[in-house]
Amino acid sequence: MVKVNGEEFDVAGKTIAEYLSTTNYDPKRIAVERNGDIVFKAQYNETLLQDGDSIEVVSFVGGG
Amino acid sequence: MIPTKEEWYTALVERYGEKIQKNISSATVAICGLGGLGSNIAFALARAGIGKLILIDFDSVDITNLHRQQYKANQIGIEKTEALKDNLLEIAPYVITETHTVCITEDNAEALLEKADIICEAFDDAESKAMLVNLVLERMPEKYLVAASGMAGFGSANTIQTRRISKRFYICGDGTSDVQSEGSLVATRVMLCAAHQAHAVLRILTEQFET
Repeated sequence: MVKVNGEEFDVAGKTIAEYLSTTNYDPKRIAVERNGDIVFKAQYNETLLQDGDSIEVVSFVGGG
Repeated sequence: MIPTKEEWYTALVERYGEKIQKNISSATVAICGLGGLGSNIAFALARAGIGKLILIDFDSVDITNLHRQQYKANQIGIEKTEALKDNLLEIAPYVITETHTVCITEDNAEALLEKADIICEAFDDAESKAMLVNLVLERMPEKYLVAASGMAGFGSANTIQTRRISKRFYICGDGTSDVQSEGSLVATRVMLCAAHQAHAVLRILTEQFET
């Protein structure tokens, strides 16, 4: 299982890009951290989610 | 009579103590975007005696800014960098400012931000926010970053929060209130979010970290 924003999901084995494509996140409005480190945008396609990973998807909305 | 620099510093030290004030007064903070968030963050940090502010915005003061941003009616049409610098120096005459009237891009961000100890993301556009946050976290991992997302509308003040995402990355706001769906930015709620960001900066500088 992979923890995404505190909730467990059965997505181990998927890449970050594959996981994101199953969600409503807009890839242009997010930052993704994996186990406390930023996942480089250029590496979403090759970063595999592993059992026990903790992922934080930070999503930005407009206004400031 | 404007107090001398020594009188100014002494008055601050009387409030917070020498050690805390030294940390604040020796820090450089970059503020990216000088709108509702950025202008209010700048005011709060200047009053707290921050050493240096790097102020970055490409825009000029517009009549639609005045309900929530720290500018004056007679500053409409003036570059925000210059207008904010003037306003800050009226309230905190010894704050050092560095202004850049440019749009922050992937090409110039590192040069603009390299001297900052802490970077505040204070844009209004969601994609620009994400661009800057990813850039700082990828290319400048030694910096502290305090970003904001979700402060539009008339929602409860109590939903604005500060979260520490990772060691050097904080985000303030409710995370969801988009200006497009909420329809407007309300000064009080934007100021709350800006206060969260400024407070996060002061806590980082005084080594009081969120868990």
